[in-house]
Amino acid sequence: MLSLDLSFYNWALFSDYIQKGLLFSVQLTVIATIGGVVFGTFLALMRLSGNPVLSYCASFYVNTMRSIPLVMVILWFFLLIPLLIGKPIGANLSAIITFIAFEAAYFAEIMRAGIQSVPRGQTYAAQALGMNYGQNMRLIILPQAFRNMIPVLMTQTIILFQDTSLVYAIGAYDLLKGFEIAGKNYGRPMETYILAAVTYFIICFSLSKLVRKIQTKVAIIR
Amino acid sequence: MNMDFGVFCKSTLDGEPVQHCISSIFGIAQNADPSYLDWLMQAWLWTIAVAGLSLVIALVIGAVMGTLRTLPNSGLGSRLLVRGATAWVELFRNIPILVQVFVWYHVIPSFVVPLKELPSYLLVSIALGFFTSARIAEQVRAGIQSLPSGQMAAATALGMNRVQSYRYVILPMALRIVIPPLTSESMNVVKNSSVAFAVSVPELTLFAMQAQEETSRGIEIYLAVTLLYALSAFAVNRLMTWIERRTRIPGFVGTSTDPSLAH
Repeated sequence: MLSLDLSFYNWALFSDYIQKGLLFSVQLTVIATIGGVVFGTFLALMRLSGNPVLSYCASFYVNTMRSIPLVMVILWFFLLIPLLIGKPIGANLSAIITFIAFEAAYFAEIMRAGIQSVPRGQTYAAQALGMNYGQNMRLIILPQAFRNMIPVLMTQTIILFQDTSLVYAIGAYDLLKGFEIAGKNYGRPMETYILAAVTYFIICFSLSKLVRKIQTKVAIIR
Repeated sequence: MNMDFGVFCKSTLDGEPVQHCISSIFGIAQNADPSYLDWLMQAWLWTIAVAGLSLVIALVIGAVMGTLRTLPNSGLGSRLLVRGATAWVELFRNIPILVQVFVWYHVIPSFVVPLKELPSYLLVSIALGFFTSARIAEQVRAGIQSLPSGQMAAATALGMNRVQSYRYVILPMALRIVIPPLTSESMNVVKNSSVAFAVSVPELTLFAMQAQEETSRGIEIYLAVTLLYALSAFAVNRLMTWIERRTRIPGFVGTSTDPSLAH
């Protein structure tokens, strides 16, 4: 049985290595959630529109993204973006673009379910009031769809935060990378991996407790 | 961008074309030096092995933990079991899979000495299996809780004890109900097996990264790997649909759209 040396768990460890990674992971999660929800909503609207071309394109995009491992999507974007724009791109920027594009596919399915959860009578009522499609969506359907889906959207965001650790594949400096580099520099990889697991657990566990609380609050009683 | 799939027929050692490209994957001929296609097929087998092993671990533990979480609150023993299973689910659900893989690979073997002997693909399978078991446990629990409480009452009225009620009444119904969500979890296992690259298991993702670097034919390599992942996930989907059809009881749960036949 070997012993663990926890003496280096201090503020310097956090400020020198962890802080930078934590900031990037949070930044990536927030940007990808906002970007993913916006693009995902458009994808959902395309998919639900009567236009067969738009609907086919959206479902092709969503199904393709959902059938490829995230690690491969990260590698694909890291390979393709420099080829398309003709100059190299940093791992962090590449990760942000990848996550927006990837999460849009998952948020699209959530938003689709959200839009479909709004009773049809709402659409008819809005039409009866003389609203066009854009007004109907913006003022009537989407606000209710968002509200119904808040718990699911937040759960997806927690999964997204966990998935940010996969940017390891292209060497971006995220929370996990911060722990790994600290472990190498202090020569104590075991302790930092344990600390990484504990840190992720505390963040994700408290967020999921929060979601459960919110879930009971936002439910619309019909 | 012009593509050149000839890269798969080149030797991994000197980059020269090999003698038997296609025939070697069917075992008809053997190349003197392995080609990239040989390597790709080898990597695919590793992916299948890791995903298959993880799936078995995940299904067994997930079914047990999910069942334990639904035990009725009667006595200290069952309360402890419920608590333990809940802790299991929360622990393995709230840590990213990649971090869990690192902990299994770098940390746990130092404490549990027999694990030191295990090759990395087994450690990854345990990590991925435990991670997925938490998700499967939640599905199984939801499936059991979706059954009408009359089922348990009826089993009790027939004089069955707790174990018999679960074995003969509750689980046969609940496990059939949860096959569709388990299908998507099984496909996730195939996709998540890609994290094995991080501890140098020579599976598809690691192949993609290394072959891309060696050949600079990234697009062709990634295309092949992506297709194999999609194909594997699709095969799992078909397999689960087949199981769903095979285990279906006519007129019972999940089969009929007529609600009067459902229960």
